[in-house]
Amino acid sequence: MWIYEKKLQYPVRVSKCDVKMAKYLIEQYGGADGELSAALRYMNQRYTIPNKVIGLLTDIATEEFAHLEMIATMVYKLTKDATVEELEEAGLGGHYANHDRALFYHNAEGVPWTAAYIAAKGDPIADLYEDIAAEEKARATYQWLIDMTDDVDLQDSLKFLREREIVHSLRFREAVEILKEDQGRKTIF
Amino acid sequence: MNAQTRTWFPYVSPFDPCPPIRVKTYVVPPNLFITFQRPDLPQYSPAEALRAGTLWPSLYGPYNPQQDYTGREGSHGI
Repeated sequence: MWIYEKKLQYPVRVSKCDVKMAKYLIEQYGGADGELSAALRYMNQRYTIPNKVIGLLTDIATEEFAHLEMIATMVYKLTKDATVEELEEAGLGGHYANHDRALFYHNAEGVPWTAAYIAAKGDPIADLYEDIAAEEKARATYQWLIDMTDDVDLQDSLKFLREREIVHSLRFREAVEILKEDQGRKTIF
Repeated sequence: MNAQTRTWFPYVSPFDPCPPIRVKTYVVPPNLFITFQRPDLPQYSPAEALRAGTLWPSLYGPYNPQQDYTGREGSHGI
């Protein structure tokens, strides 16, 4: 179970009325390498991973949900006051037709999220290497999002999220090292 | 350029339709160079750590836009 703290992991301030940016940010909400994919991937793999690294996957999965909240906040702030015309101009006409201003789990092109984005091979090394790749892909996505806005406050939050991907990647690499060490150990009686 | 950026030089054809970008860059974040984090690394203060997104300076990988938003070439990252 979880204890919910009614605040964001890191502050989200959006200073520029740039509805189009909402369309791009949604990539990290419901895209293949987005936070939903990350959270569900780790939260599911954790059950069949060796004991020593279960906690790591649970912790990171939990943090990914906190990141999901931050992305949702950014998108909401950028769209809540937009007129229908502004949404259409931002390329969100199709989104409005289907969802009004509700958020939805799809990528920047409107493709709905699918469980096919994530994997659980059951092989601990295969799963952890997938997780490392996912973190690097999310880091890259944040870089391109930072490139796409000149709102320094939005960039600030995105830079925080990007740094967390770097830290998570290292933690998964360390998990691989822990599992390697276990395999090589000889118990002498 | 710095320790967290690498550059390469793509082939530029005389027949390319658009003005060439001669130097391309990519990021090599600090996690690539740490196999297993040592327990005694220097730490940021809590306020600095929140801002940086990590408690440890050696894990910090800053990023700035590759070009400014208007399309003019700027300093890549970092």
